[in-house]
Amino acid sequence: MSDSPTHDYTRADVCASAIADAFKDDGEIFASPMGMLPMLGVRLAKLTSNPDLAISDGESLFLAGVPPLFAKAGPHEVVEGWIPFRKVFDVIAYGKRHVMMGATQVDRDGNQNISAIGDFAQPTRQLLGSRGAPGNTANNRTSYWVPKHSARVFVDQVDVVTGVGPKRAAAAGPGASRFNDIHRVVSNLGVFDVNGPDHTLRLLSVHPGVTTDEVQAATGFDLGDLTDVPVTREPTAEELVIIREVLDPRSLRHREVPEPAEESTR
Amino acid sequence: MSRGPRDKRMSIDEVVAELRDGMTIGIGGWGPRRKPMALVRAILRSDLTDLTIVSWGGADVGLLVRAGKVRKLVYAFVSLDSIPLEPNFQRARQAGTIPEVVELDEGMFQTGLRAAAQRLPFLPMRAGLGSDVLVNNPWIKTVTSPYDDGVGHEELVAVPALRLDVALVHLNRADCHGNATYLGPDPYFDDLFAMAAERTFVSVEEIVDTAGLTVDTPVQQVLVDRMMVSGVVETPHGAHFTTCVPDYERDEKFQKAYAAAASGSDQDWAAFEERFLSGDETAYQAAVAAFTAEQQEADQ
Repeated sequence: MSDSPTHDYTRADVCASAIADAFKDDGEIFASPMGMLPMLGVRLAKLTSNPDLAISDGESLFLAGVPPLFAKAGPHEVVEGWIPFRKVFDVIAYGKRHVMMGATQVDRDGNQNISAIGDFAQPTRQLLGSRGAPGNTANNRTSYWVPKHSARVFVDQVDVVTGVGPKRAAAAGPGASRFNDIHRVVSNLGVFDVNGPDHTLRLLSVHPGVTTDEVQAATGFDLGDLTDVPVTREPTAEELVIIREVLDPRSLRHREVPEPAEESTR
Repeated sequence: MSRGPRDKRMSIDEVVAELRDGMTIGIGGWGPRRKPMALVRAILRSDLTDLTIVSWGGADVGLLVRAGKVRKLVYAFVSLDSIPLEPNFQRARQAGTIPEVVELDEGMFQTGLRAAAQRLPFLPMRAGLGSDVLVNNPWIKTVTSPYDDGVGHEELVAVPALRLDVALVHLNRADCHGNATYLGPDPYFDDLFAMAAERTFVSVEEIVDTAGLTVDTPVQQVLVDRMMVSGVVETPHGAHFTTCVPDYERDEKFQKAYAAAASGSDQDWAAFEERFLSGDETAYQAAVAAFTAEQQEADQ
């Protein structure tokens, strides 16, 4: 199959391949996607760049195959292992895991918040709670997925630090920073890492059809000099076939990332 | 003739009669999965108050905080999964009606239960370092490793033991002595809750004889042993509306109705309570059956 780029793709497809790229160099580890696009991206990586990834059904089974999104694991599914919650915690501490979580807020320093908006004592909006974010960021590679990039999500400082960014980890000592590894923040507009000045968020690429001005306008802090920021790679023809025909034939990804009205890439 | 171990069968009301105001109660399961809901519902009907609830939370937490039963809540998340934010919990937090909250990382929660189960004051862990878990819970201390692991003497979180007065768990099968099996894909942490607690009450879908526990089930699925258990209650559909596979899946339609009432007006909630929570467990199950029949009719 040819890898030549095609323009017959959607923003959601770009997000899926950008997420897949976040997992391509991970080797043989447990890839834990939280949410739809991360699940699509991880499964895409497993079928293309990194077949060694271990994936689960999101419940308690390691799957040998790569089923479509939200397919019920039936008796036809080949299972290669058992990963109940208690073992997930073991694997987190063991470190062979890369989780991509959501983020209600993510800040300049790569801290994430999924706990509460406002004052923790009596929040204006109670969210999920810390979940496993503190443990994830202290132990294994962690990335974030933001389906709707806005200045309400990308804030100067999160209200509650659940996922710990590199600066806070360093301040807490080697026990905290030794295995802290914030890898990528992927949004519907672009891709970031935390290798900006003083370990701040750095815009690595903007998705095709997005300008750096748009990203800056939708971000609540200064992203610095964006003149040389490249464009996120386009999904390959192989990836597009896998996304459309194998992993997401029902096109569920477009519910999470609708095609932008004006700068349509179709 | 040998007498055998004692028979620990009890009724739901007998379990609740063992609970006291101010107790620390651990609730097993995970989020909206295999929760001892029949026992939770019985607590709602009781006069119990000022409870400390320790739970990877779902509607168990939502119902108890809405009913004003909780003085202190220890949790890492509260979620209904298909409905990510638990509306009763959300509402209580935003109104400030839970006097004390301890929000932990979900792995710290396991470590805290482990410490309690092992009768240790704490266990060390990385989770929590650098996060606001330590800022919002300044009573949780760190500990310095006595060993140099190549990066100096690491400072780690001393996760405090989560000691429980009582653990309430729901499994699929038990014998009358308290040996209990889970038949679904995940044991969750019910054995750990049991060992972290002074006393544990197990509710199950079905009480069978001891031989019946392993006749068609690998012995490895006997999760809770009788030495950990003070009482056993048979409560068919006792985990409703959480999942208790393979006996039943989560009742998504009912959960939706619960969430709608919880996030609706006071009248909406009062109507839900009146319809489902004003009677005993038998009345609840009958009301759910009527609700399900209505839904099926509406679908046709």
